[in-house]
Amino acid sequence: MASLKELRARIGSIKSTRKITSAMKMVAAAKLRRAQASAEAARPYAAAMRRMLGELAGATKGEDGAPLLLAGTGQDKVHLLVPMTSDRGLCGGFNSNVHRLTVQTIRRLQSEGKTVRLLPVGRRALNFFTRDHADLIVDHVIGTSAKEIPFSVASDLGDKINALLEAGEIDVCTLVFNKFRNAMTQVPTCQQLVPMVVEEASGTLEASNDVAQYEFEPDEATLLAMLLPRNLQVQIYASLLETVAGENGARMTAMDNATRNAGRTIDSLTQVYNRTRQTNITNELIEIISGAQAV
Amino acid sequence: MPIQIEIISPEKVLVSREVDMAVLPGMEGDIAAMPEHSPMMLLLRGGVVALYEGDKVTDRYFVGGGFADITPARCTVLADKAVPVSDISIDMATAQLEALSEAWDKADKTDTSRLVVLQDQIQAVRAEIEAGSAS
Repeated sequence: MASLKELRARIGSIKSTRKITSAMKMVAAAKLRRAQASAEAARPYAAAMRRMLGELAGATKGEDGAPLLLAGTGQDKVHLLVPMTSDRGLCGGFNSNVHRLTVQTIRRLQSEGKTVRLLPVGRRALNFFTRDHADLIVDHVIGTSAKEIPFSVASDLGDKINALLEAGEIDVCTLVFNKFRNAMTQVPTCQQLVPMVVEEASGTLEASNDVAQYEFEPDEATLLAMLLPRNLQVQIYASLLETVAGENGARMTAMDNATRNAGRTIDSLTQVYNRTRQTNITNELIEIISGAQAV
Repeated sequence: MPIQIEIISPEKVLVSREVDMAVLPGMEGDIAAMPEHSPMMLLLRGGVVALYEGDKVTDRYFVGGGFADITPARCTVLADKAVPVSDISIDMATAQLEALSEAWDKADKTDTSRLVVLQDQIQAVRAEIEAGSAS
């Protein structure tokens, strides 16, 4: 059995761990609130963008020479995967879920004979994939745990993907990230960015022949060419915000669990400590009494 | 009958209310969105969106390029960047202009696509300074 001194030291160290984890939980909760608010604030833009794109895509449908971002290269050989994680750990299974889904996707694509390229976003993803798949990485972005993510991170990333696409280095691009459902659950999701999945315009136009009445200034093709890269950036931005919200949600939950576990360990160690102390006292008493009796 | 105007930047919704008319800085000239305007999609240059109630301008917002979607009942402005004109920081815009001019001087003059992008950015920042110093 451990000595009293050792037990005291262990209890002390677990107590300070508990202090740290509960502080991290508070910080994550505060950050989560902010991240959630900014994710919600960004939603109307993405929604309006989708609506416009749907209408535009409807208007240009059937025309030749559709932009690469919308139609893709027409091939399906080289896939670019963009796993999105946080920069920091200590948030439960948040990052490893993305890693696992990405690795599964890599294996599936490779068994189908496709080439896979990686563009990890976030330090955790970069570290993880440099270990096993360093040869697949084309580029990386870190800085997803910043206080507020500026839109420029998303636009730079969008431009990178666009450049790769135009250089003919990739055919398909897919995002892998955690969709934020609530603080407890984040769902790892694959979202295809290129070729773009456009929802058909519906509801916003009274009838489909209204599309013909739409005026465009400048013409449809120019507008589409401007709107598509923008839309790519917006989608990336939206998933970045979801990642930040998810990271803080996951960390809050993980730290809450850790705090509770620490409390439980402290309780059981305290019990052992008290019992040991009492045994020691009893032993000493027995020694004294039996010594006295012997005299 | 008023028209519903929405000015949305990637970060948030700036305006969502009813006005009598909104004048938008179109790439090929200003356009006034009024109720019952025929459906139209518009590319915006950097400039000021002015909201009218009656004959008076009630609010002015600077947008740094973007798109507008006009329908008979609604006008949605998707701005790359949007600020109320009164909040424009001229110092910041001037610094940006200097950085852009420098980039322009350094840019490869044969790379036209890059030059066009730079030109649009310079135009937007100039419009921002102009709007900011006028208010």
